[in-house]
Amino acid sequence: MKKDGRSRINWIFENFVTFLRKCILRVLSVGPIPEHIAYIMDGNRRYAKKQNMIEGTGHRVGFLALMSMLKYCYEMGVRYVTIYAFSIDNFKRRPEEVQSLMDLMQEKIEGLMEEESIVNRYGVRVHFLGNLKLLSEPVRLAAERAMVATANNSKAVLSICVAYNSTNEIVHAVEKACEEKWEEISLLNASGSGYGLIGLECIEKDERENLIKLIDIEKHMYVSIAPDPDILIRTSEIGFRHLLWAILNFQRNHFYLEKKRKQL
Amino acid sequence: MVESYFISSGLMKSYKALNLGKLRYLAIVVGSEEAYQTSKVIELLQWLEAIGVKHVCLYDMEGVLKRSKEAILEKMSNTTVFQEADENDKLLDQKHMMLEFVSFSDGKEAVAKAANLLFAKYLTSNNSSEDQEGEIFTEPHMTEALRAVGSGGPEPDLLLVYGPARCHQGFPAWRIRYTEIVHMGSLKSMRYGSLIKAIYKFTMVRQNYGK
Repeated sequence: MKKDGRSRINWIFENFVTFLRKCILRVLSVGPIPEHIAYIMDGNRRYAKKQNMIEGTGHRVGFLALMSMLKYCYEMGVRYVTIYAFSIDNFKRRPEEVQSLMDLMQEKIEGLMEEESIVNRYGVRVHFLGNLKLLSEPVRLAAERAMVATANNSKAVLSICVAYNSTNEIVHAVEKACEEKWEEISLLNASGSGYGLIGLECIEKDERENLIKLIDIEKHMYVSIAPDPDILIRTSEIGFRHLLWAILNFQRNHFYLEKKRKQL
Repeated sequence: MVESYFISSGLMKSYKALNLGKLRYLAIVVGSEEAYQTSKVIELLQWLEAIGVKHVCLYDMEGVLKRSKEAILEKMSNTTVFQEADENDKLLDQKHMMLEFVSFSDGKEAVAKAANLLFAKYLTSNNSSEDQEGEIFTEPHMTEALRAVGSGGPEPDLLLVYGPARCHQGFPAWRIRYTEIVHMGSLKSMRYGSLIKAIYKFTMVRQNYGK
């Protein structure tokens, strides 16, 4: 009887908390809600150390926290969420640590594809951004399968950065832009209308400096599938109240930042 | 605010001996409207000089600080402007404070210009039928190309944002991979104590750089 009573109280409490949260989110929604929130998932190892957990558990706890964050974001109507899960620089860690992170990733990616997972509940399309060739084959295949499995979801987007870093992405985008321009020029040449562009000698200097435009590079960025993030959160410990604070800050500065954006 | 008053008046001993070893390059982002207050910018630079910071990068989106370069250098004795060519020598020069002036055009637009330099190399390698593709599009080559187009400063360790929002306003993304970003509030309410505290906190932090 006692156990029943306790679990009943738990049930009431949980539902009350959910109800409160939904009220808060409804109030927040009166103001502008960010379209895209990005998270740098930092601090898992520090957290595990602080809580005296065995190494590796920090990441699992971090993952649970992330799932809650995603739920709050999608409930609020944030369409795009990006998470920075694994950096190319993280490969420098001890091989055992890297391997356990890869195993965890594979396990969680496969979990995402299950029926009751958060991505299917909220209609989220998943993208993996980064130099996926650097991942071990089972992880890369799992990622590709997840992308295909969620390709038809259209309510929201989750971008997961793995084997990613910003400079690698920029160089990759530049390389792709150059390859594309080369093909364009080759085609023009083949059809006889290239004016010998391949040689470059015949072009005016300023034309030569302007063959690759910024827009050509931007469209090859991994992150071009989403608009620019409105808020970037680097976590050390994160809960609902931190997200709330971030959104309130966003709303406070929204007008000023929109003005700056239009100036660009 | 009270704390920054105590820090300024030298009452808090721990802030007195700052170990600036970790702070090789400091960047300051200023909102463009506030950047017009050249006297405030100069005051900030004088504080930094007093603290012992040797290499500072000044950024504002519209290039207001670039245009006020002469006025700033006039008021600051013992400062030189960052030049790509003698980067290595000047970084070691302890007597002068070195200033770099950066604006939005040194970010994405500079990457596009640098891309064109790499493209020219790519065309040459394709024409000579050598397979050098993997060697052209690398991060070091990109850094070099950015330097060649005039936007190749070093990576700041710490970036202080003086403005209403914690936003770096387009500071060149290529350079801020590991940079610690701290929001200092608006320029007009800047305090010496807050500056010292931000720098001190940075020097006490342990960076893993991904490891």
